[in-house]
Amino acid sequence: MPSKTKKPKASWKLSPALESTAQVDIATRYKNYIDGSWVAPSEGKYFPTKNPATGKKLSEVAKSTQPDVDLAVKAARKAYDEVWSQITPRERGKYLFRIARLIQERAREFAIIETLDGGKPIRESRDVDIPLAANHFFYYAGWADKLEYAFPNRKVAPIGVAGQIIPWNFPLLMAAWKIAPALATGNTVVLKPAETTPLTALKLAELFSDAGLPDGVVNIVTGDGTTGAELANHPGVDKIAFTGSTEVGKSIQKSAAGSNKRLTLELGGKAANIILEDAPIDQAVEGVVNGIYFNQGHVCCAGSRLFVQESVYEEVIQKLKQRIDTLIVGDPLDKNTDIGAINSREQLKTIQKYIKIGIKEGADLYQPECELSTVGSWCPPTLFTNVAQSSVIAQEEIFGPVLAAQTFRTVPEVIEKANNTPYGLAAGVWCDKGARLFQLTNALDAGVVWGNTYNQFDPTSPFGGYKESGFGREGGLHGLSAYLHTSSH
Amino acid sequence: MKRLEVLKTYKLYIGGEFPRTESGRYYTPTGRNDAQLGNICLSSRKDFRNAVVAARSAVGGWAGRSAFNRSQILYRIGEMLEGRKAQFVDELYRQGVSQAAAKKEVEEAIDICVYYAGWCDKYQQVFSAVNPVASSHFNFSVYEPVGVVAAIAPESSGLSGVISTVMPIIAGGNSCVLLASEKRPLCSITLGEVLATSDLPGGVVNILTGNREELFSNIISHKDVNALVASDLSDVDRASAQTESVHNLKRLILHKDELLGAESPYLILDTQEVKTTWHPIEASIAGGGKY
Amino acid sequence: MKNLKTNGSKDPLGLFSSPPVDQVGITERAKRFTTRSLKTDCKSDGLRMILSMIDLTTLEGADTPRKVRQLCYKAEHLHDSIPDLPSTAAVCVYPTLVKVAKDALSESSTVKIASVATAFPAGQGHLDHKLEETRRAVEDGADEIDMVISRGKFLSGDYAYVSDEIAQVKEACQGARLKVILETGELGTLDAVRRASDIAIRSGADFIKTSTGKISPAATLPITLVMLLAIRDHYFATGEMIGMKPAGGISKSKLALQYLLMVKETLGDAWLDNEWFRFGASSLANDVLMQVAKQEEGVYQAAQYFSKD
Repeated sequence: MPSKTKKPKASWKLSPALESTAQVDIATRYKNYIDGSWVAPSEGKYFPTKNPATGKKLSEVAKSTQPDVDLAVKAARKAYDEVWSQITPRERGKYLFRIARLIQERAREFAIIETLDGGKPIRESRDVDIPLAANHFFYYAGWADKLEYAFPNRKVAPIGVAGQIIPWNFPLLMAAWKIAPALATGNTVVLKPAETTPLTALKLAELFSDAGLPDGVVNIVTGDGTTGAELANHPGVDKIAFTGSTEVGKSIQKSAAGSNKRLTLELGGKAANIILEDAPIDQAVEGVVNGIYFNQGHVCCAGSRLFVQESVYEEVIQKLKQRIDTLIVGDPLDKNTDIGAINSREQLKTIQKYIKIGIKEGADLYQPECELSTVGSWCPPTLFTNVAQSSVIAQEEIFGPVLAAQTFRTVPEVIEKANNTPYGLAAGVWCDKGARLFQLTNALDAGVVWGNTYNQFDPTSPFGGYKESGFGREGGLHGLSAYLHTSSH
Repeated sequence: MKRLEVLKTYKLYIGGEFPRTESGRYYTPTGRNDAQLGNICLSSRKDFRNAVVAARSAVGGWAGRSAFNRSQILYRIGEMLEGRKAQFVDELYRQGVSQAAAKKEVEEAIDICVYYAGWCDKYQQVFSAVNPVASSHFNFSVYEPVGVVAAIAPESSGLSGVISTVMPIIAGGNSCVLLASEKRPLCSITLGEVLATSDLPGGVVNILTGNREELFSNIISHKDVNALVASDLSDVDRASAQTESVHNLKRLILHKDELLGAESPYLILDTQEVKTTWHPIEASIAGGGKY
Repeated sequence: MKNLKTNGSKDPLGLFSSPPVDQVGITERAKRFTTRSLKTDCKSDGLRMILSMIDLTTLEGADTPRKVRQLCYKAEHLHDSIPDLPSTAAVCVYPTLVKVAKDALSESSTVKIASVATAFPAGQGHLDHKLEETRRAVEDGADEIDMVISRGKFLSGDYAYVSDEIAQVKEACQGARLKVILETGELGTLDAVRRASDIAIRSGADFIKTSTGKISPAATLPITLVMLLAIRDHYFATGEMIGMKPAGGISKSKLALQYLLMVKETLGDAWLDNEWFRFGASSLANDVLMQVAKQEEGVYQAAQYFSKD
């Protein structure tokens, strides 16, 4: 009869399972994609894009300035006037269907490049980013010739040239979120990918050529924030769509003030993930892990504030720590990696700064033991317990794998605490009782509320924030209005 | 002997009460034949602040009312307007509108109230969505009121523009701080009296009179105001609204044309947020075990 | 109003309540194990571990002593052309064939004899018969008893009966290890699976087991995960380990490896041992052997090179 207690055992370990990069073709240098051609930047300058897991240069891309942006906007305008507004909505839709299919066909290649350029685990780029990007094109493709059904009793018309500025956390997916609805509604596009993750957008440009998308309908210019500002400020842009930090979003709105540009902003967040005492605790813990450690916490809707009802606090924290211990931090190209590389040195410094603040504020730090590579940018999954509502780490967006856990006693208390933030992008509630769950989902000031789940995304589901998390919605029927003029006649 | 007419004191409407401006200031706009319309309160930024406090404390209760109840109350506003038709016609006339046009404008305003009363429990049905996500989740998007809305009445309008501005805001469950037309404030003030007797909870609509230029920068920068509805801003004001509203990323609904007699459910949606909720749908384990 | 009467509630204090389970969340978590990549050393270690955890099973009306003898030989000699293969953990047979198995297995064998009992598979028998059947199986040489719970009683809410029955069978086991089969395919929801797991654990089960193999669906990753979480909560509460045996429907190595990974990530390495984890399977062994042979030989295998028993 074996004894019923644990005995030490040799560990059964996963072996390395690296995704092959053999099929991937990354050029040594990328120019801007303007009017269907690759155009060198006017100043002839390029900057490197690196693999954050190794620090090694992958390629270099154009450092674009005002003349480059101007060229792209003019190409988009010409394509809008001469081509895109002239073809039928149904033909527009067919281009998008074709693009969706081409992404599906080249999904693995895109996934690998996404992982190389951004540091996210291949499991995520393969299972989440790329399929969702393709699905987004597929979803909006079907809208192109059905727009009048989305706006009862209204006539709709495209806005014109959309200037789109996207972040580095979901490079291809954000490009899809921006480009697909813009094209489906009849606009043309100038897209500025993030400075640290331009490659999949440039590969997408290749794919647009393959799809036969008319020249100038989508133009891609690379650069840093100053290039983005040039795009937002360009007088030829009719509509600005920005995803990024609240700080930059506000500055874009200010600089666009006085123009007639339409604007949508998808900005930061500090989402509350709330566990009530009757919740399915094990699934809640899984949801908390998925909520904060997905994509290294580089997610605007990350559930970075955990609220646990006091009666189950010890159980939740124990299980959470155990689950954190099983997360595999390492080479993003390894198919078993759960947490990859931090996107950039700068972001790593920001995260480390907040971890120091958390420690200084007296919160208790928990990080699992894990061997981190000495090259590249890494941060282990981090949990702070004994955090106060007034702590900096409970108030400011960290944009990394750092969770701040607090307790609460009653439902009214947690509603007040959860809403006690200038942000309002997302929230999560874990509760087995439907009536109480919907009390909370109703009361939480957030554009997306996940009940007994977290970090789910779908092309049919609108995404966007309340309060300082921005305005406008992306995805679903409600994502169309950001790219249309509507009128009663 | 001719009877001495009793003149009306025009006051503000804040939190269901009728205070004078805390500043003690007034102005005297003129109407038909340059006759003085009265001593109208020249609201200060503190009055605006107080009105926002009242609106904030009222919004939760108002948003929490059933759509059906809001609908009844908006209809009740229409009823009370109808009962005071003569007074509104008279005030519009005094502000320079012809009798015939005044009558038409008041009737139009009453009908707008009834129109939006009908929308209260329908816009959600027409514009919400159940989203067919690919995973096993029930996913739906509904509209929620944005919160406290500041509204600037069209300057040229005595009544119908005011009604067209305010009704869609409150139909959607928001509370509102309205700045009346500077030159034509009388109907806005009397509207407060209508609202006070129409079952609308105090603080849901708050009405200030005064100088737009003086109050504008406070309205657009106030961080507890969630949205601004205005319809005849100058280019300069429009630009400064866009700049100053970033303090709290206020939603700006800046209509190019004056909202005179406008009717549309899309005006309700202007001061709504879309909230999307996800929840798992259980599948039977007999059918779900595919591993 | 008439005087209130008692309503005959079978669990008035809710003593047999269990934590809720979110089925979609469990399914998503289970799916994560299927996206892990188990290759090279990890795979070969895992495959051998799987072989050592198999309860090689025959539970047919047509079972005969000769059939059982063949099974026993296979349990000890999985594939002699590959050196150093482990034996299976056990053979699993009907009570009437326990003596045959005892006789067939070698003196020094590490292979345990597991006997189903308690009116397997339906469990629709009288309790005294079930206890007698259990006692005789143990006296005939069974090291382990695989009992079934009374699903009819469970589904009618008579959890106390189910619990008492398990406790009495445990006593009848006289020290033999007791595996309690929940027959999850008949329970309807994962909440019921969790409740049945908790009842079994609290009533004396040494192992909890998914299925008889006679009902579809049998073992699945999500159902097994729910049971592993019940085991984990019991360990958190008491420090006592309970074993887990998914049975039925696991015939491929890849899936079995995913089970191992799920055990590792849920309960830790301590459970990766045939004392605490078993596969109830008849055809899994050969698929694992084909994979092992492929690793040894470097070429893909065919079924005809492996004995079918």
